[in-house]
Amino acid sequence: MTALTEATRPGAGGRGLIDRLTRVRELGIVLALAALFGVTGAVNPSFLSVGSIRDILLNSAIVAMLAVGQTLVIVTRNVDLSISSIVGLTGFGGALVLADHPAVPIPVVIAGCVTLGAACGAINGLLVGMAKVPALVATLGTLYAFRGIDYAWAGGRQVNAADMPESFLALGSRSVLGVPLLALVTLTVLLAVGWMLRNLRSGRELYAIGSNPDAALLAGIRVRRRVMAAFVANGALAGLAGVMWAARFGTVDATVATGRELDVIAAVVVGGVAIFGGSGTVFGAALGALLLTGITSALAVLRVDALAQTAINGALLIAAIVLDRLLALRVAGTLRRRRYRDAR
Amino acid sequence: MKTRAVAALVGTALLVSSCGGTTKGDAAPQQSSAPAATANPNAPLKQGLKIAFLPKQVNNPYFTIADGGGANAGKEFGAEVKEVGPSDANASSQVSYINTLMQQRQDAIVISANDPNAVVPALKQAMSAGIKVVSYDSDSGQDGRHLFVNQASAEDLGRTEAQLIAEQIGGKGKIAILSATPNATNQNTWIDFIKDELKKYPDMELVKVAYGNDDDQKSFTETQGLLRSYPDLKGIISPTTVGIAAAARYLSNSPYKGRVKLTGLGTPNQLRKFVKDGTIDGFELWNPGDLGYLAAYAAAALASGQITGAEGEKFKAGKLGEYTVGAKGEVLLGKPTVFTKDNIDDFNF
Repeated sequence: MTALTEATRPGAGGRGLIDRLTRVRELGIVLALAALFGVTGAVNPSFLSVGSIRDILLNSAIVAMLAVGQTLVIVTRNVDLSISSIVGLTGFGGALVLADHPAVPIPVVIAGCVTLGAACGAINGLLVGMAKVPALVATLGTLYAFRGIDYAWAGGRQVNAADMPESFLALGSRSVLGVPLLALVTLTVLLAVGWMLRNLRSGRELYAIGSNPDAALLAGIRVRRRVMAAFVANGALAGLAGVMWAARFGTVDATVATGRELDVIAAVVVGGVAIFGGSGTVFGAALGALLLTGITSALAVLRVDALAQTAINGALLIAAIVLDRLLALRVAGTLRRRRYRDAR
Repeated sequence: MKTRAVAALVGTALLVSSCGGTTKGDAAPQQSSAPAATANPNAPLKQGLKIAFLPKQVNNPYFTIADGGGANAGKEFGAEVKEVGPSDANASSQVSYINTLMQQRQDAIVISANDPNAVVPALKQAMSAGIKVVSYDSDSGQDGRHLFVNQASAEDLGRTEAQLIAEQIGGKGKIAILSATPNATNQNTWIDFIKDELKKYPDMELVKVAYGNDDDQKSFTETQGLLRSYPDLKGIISPTTVGIAAAARYLSNSPYKGRVKLTGLGTPNQLRKFVKDGTIDGFELWNPGDLGYLAAYAAAALASGQITGAEGEKFKAGKLGEYTVGAKGEVLLGKPTVFTKDNIDDFNF
């Protein structure tokens, strides 16, 4: 892990080497994906059809979006368990406004949901960054609090597809140049956040905080502000995911996305982001989301016995992590040997 | 959890045939037979009864509608109907509500039990304090209530769903079931009756029972999986509101729209769009508003001494007409209603 942590920190070695390694870091998960698609496609070629691939991209778009946000937080050695509740709150809120006030333009609704999500994230950020409550406890609290607000707001109401404007629902199913719109949105966010984490000072400082919070403070990094920003950004992305949820599923009530936080954290960890912060990329996290979604889709296509699916899902997940870990260790070993050689 | 929506799907109501001649708001006692031990079928419904609805969960759209039906019934016969309950559908969360209602000296408690056994001791106590107990939607243990208002028999639901899909695909071809969780008791009972009914259609084959876990995403994925692994699939039955909505949403934007028939249990508001755009020909459900309405009338009849809950007793339930108490204190609402593009706009729930 040490080698990898260093590898993601700029200036820790030759630029070319770092580039190669970062690429390699996600190699494990890419291979796992290739194996999954290869085997499933061999058994049932329709799994690799254009329609099927499009479905899988669409299915993973929301989880991937949440995984990108979660990575920002986890990299700083924190965690946000409340995202599923933020998705629920913003998804229901957005759907409700669209249903009851059709005159409100869709972009305003989307912006409103993102703002609401950011506000929820700010509450998390204040609790964790300013009040120094451990993230696990603080966001567990807001997980219930936000969901509770959602319940109270909804009061048992359900917003259905027929209540929302057709143009909004179309966002959830439309494709641009053959790629689902929601997947494109996630991809755009992914690229933007990935670039920021890699190249901007604020991005690099998130890694520094996660690697060693005390050292980061001593180095003059404004830890509180950065942690706060990470939570706000995560909340905003969860808000965006909430709108996407409403557009995609069309039937929305107060229980939307309940329990989804664990899927997201699993995707992030599978994607090679260290749960104790300081290393990992959003690209890995997004690939993790794609892998998890892919496994579920593959099992559905492979005519696997329904009762065994959950167990197999877990086994494949562990297999993917082990494969990734073995590759990572091998790479770390190679790196160590090379350094030793260079030093002589 | 989404399972509550499923659990909610335990019954049916259809008035249509049974409401002939009864005027709405007719709260007059039934002038009829069925003398029971202490029941006085001629007793008028008391005014100012206090009836409390205790659903599994208060923020659940299904129960909001059902309890709203109860409130409407209360207005008709001059009772004070209120809804209280937990926001989570835990086994034990209803007990403290029952105790509170007992202290408030309600005349009747109408409950949908989260756990049939956990609530029985508290309900027994309430009954011994003179409170009438009616279970609806989900029964409590038999000795913890006077009556159970059953929304639909499992057999009716299972068989009619099989008949619906058979009718839609012309009685020929492969079909699949998209259920809730693998251990959802209601769905599994219905599926057994679906399978039994399918024996009458030799040209139809049930190829798979898939489980969407009452989760939007999982139901989507399972629907996609069914269509990919059985390219010649003709129809899908989804006996759960979450599953059918997710499957409909997926089908409506896919090339399979209209080619693969979808039916099952859902609410008209939820599926209105898909019935109108041709994704769904017809689906069924009981009317939850009528369920609450009937339960309120049953509670009032008990509290007014018209009935005691013994088999064979009759009581009148406003616009729904007359009902007879069956074996084990059960009152059956009726057969499920089928919703198609011709009648869906007559319903709003």
